[in-house]
Amino acid sequence: MPRVVITGTGIISALGGNTASFWRSLLAGTSGIREILGIDASQIRFKNGAEIRDYVPEEHFEAKDIALMERFSQLAVLAAREAVTDSGIEWTPDLRETTAVITGSCLGGRAAEESGYWELFHNGRTRVQPLTIPLSMSNAGTSHICMQFGIEGPAYTISTACASATHAIGQAFWMVRSGAAPMAIAGGSEAPFFLGGLKAWEAMRVISKDTCRPFSAERSGMVLGEGAAMLVLETLDAALARGARPIAEIVGFGMSADASHITQPLATGPMRAMRLAIRDAGLAPEQIGYINAHGTATEANDRIETAAIRCTFNDQADRLAVSSTKSMHGHALGAAGALEAVASVLTLKHGMIPPTANFLTADAACDLDVVPNHARAASVEACLSNSFAFGGLNAVLAFKAIP
Amino acid sequence: MANQTIQDRVLKVIATSKRIPIESVGPDSSFESLNIDSLDRLNILFDLESEFEIEIDDEQAKQVQNIHEMIEGVTHLVEAKSSSSSAE
Repeated sequence: MPRVVITGTGIISALGGNTASFWRSLLAGTSGIREILGIDASQIRFKNGAEIRDYVPEEHFEAKDIALMERFSQLAVLAAREAVTDSGIEWTPDLRETTAVITGSCLGGRAAEESGYWELFHNGRTRVQPLTIPLSMSNAGTSHICMQFGIEGPAYTISTACASATHAIGQAFWMVRSGAAPMAIAGGSEAPFFLGGLKAWEAMRVISKDTCRPFSAERSGMVLGEGAAMLVLETLDAALARGARPIAEIVGFGMSADASHITQPLATGPMRAMRLAIRDAGLAPEQIGYINAHGTATEANDRIETAAIRCTFNDQADRLAVSSTKSMHGHALGAAGALEAVASVLTLKHGMIPPTANFLTADAACDLDVVPNHARAASVEACLSNSFAFGGLNAVLAFKAIP
Repeated sequence: MANQTIQDRVLKVIATSKRIPIESVGPDSSFESLNIDSLDRLNILFDLESEFEIEIDDEQAKQVQNIHEMIEGVTHLVEAKSSSSSAE
């Protein structure tokens, strides 16, 4: 099977509008979690989120295109633009016809549904805005990326809540490795800051009124984030042949279902997904030096994820560095796995492990080396990126450094 | 007794939310004996907030270990509400 590499990344998030600002913030331990300003949060019980500040659609898109693109689609295209530029792709008709685009999103453009239905329910209107469907459909991000670059190959969207982007990148990896597509753009996008959605999260009682403190004894829940990240995947041979510089190799993908409870996690499902990713990668557990954790900072996730990592790695677990970058970019739901995949490949490329920010005191139930608050220089041979969704659907990616 | 009424109403909310017979829910029942899991608790908290027009804090809700404590907590919030509204 051909080796598959990442040759480009693109990100827009609370940590800025490109990969460089994202990585700079992660290494500095700077959190993008702040008071929510994008909507009136006075009737919401939590106040903080990781929003993209100062975003002006008109700076990036023509007015006619903005009307057709809900925020999550705009973010998807912006991330894809940077990833394509970063990878230095030179499009040919054949490459356009065969490249795959696979994105993840939990909510899609549901904010457009909310405003459409609001008119119906409250303002006595008898009709809904005619673009409500094309704005809100979860595959709109993929479709707009395809239209942006004229990509005509296999293209679809995966929606597995907080694991969406990880499933999307894993599928793209397998398609490129199998030869089903020579190249893929994969990642995720999410724009969850709209009133109905925030109220629904409020009712789940998993959102912190403080900040996001993964693995910390003081953790009190997740903090929502928005953003998009896209990665360009192609075979190592193709990348080298065109003179591209691979960032890291993507080597494994594992997935599993808990088949237990719609919200309460189990350790066995995540453990099996990690084992399968390591096996798919052909790696030995001792080659893994870092895990970008799911690390939501809910009481249950961090405890269960710690147990799952211990079961997977046994006596190797204490040798691992494990951090949750959600402490900085927030939990971007269906985009989270893509933001974290980028953090993972940059960790391998730069030999720097991003920290778990906002960490206060250790919790005996989360007794791993969680790289508290300060980035660490470390040469990491291979790493995992974990995503565990509500509904018990787990996805894990494995990446390897390019020497 | 006002206290009795609150208890009855809490038990009724639990029974209705969990879709179990009211006779099966008592103040000394444990969540485990009624098969009330974390998601059921969210529904019950939501219904209690509607029933009593109160707001139950996430962190306080996490401390509640059994139905007796749930009744106590609701009673406390209802009393706090009535004393603050009478002070206005």
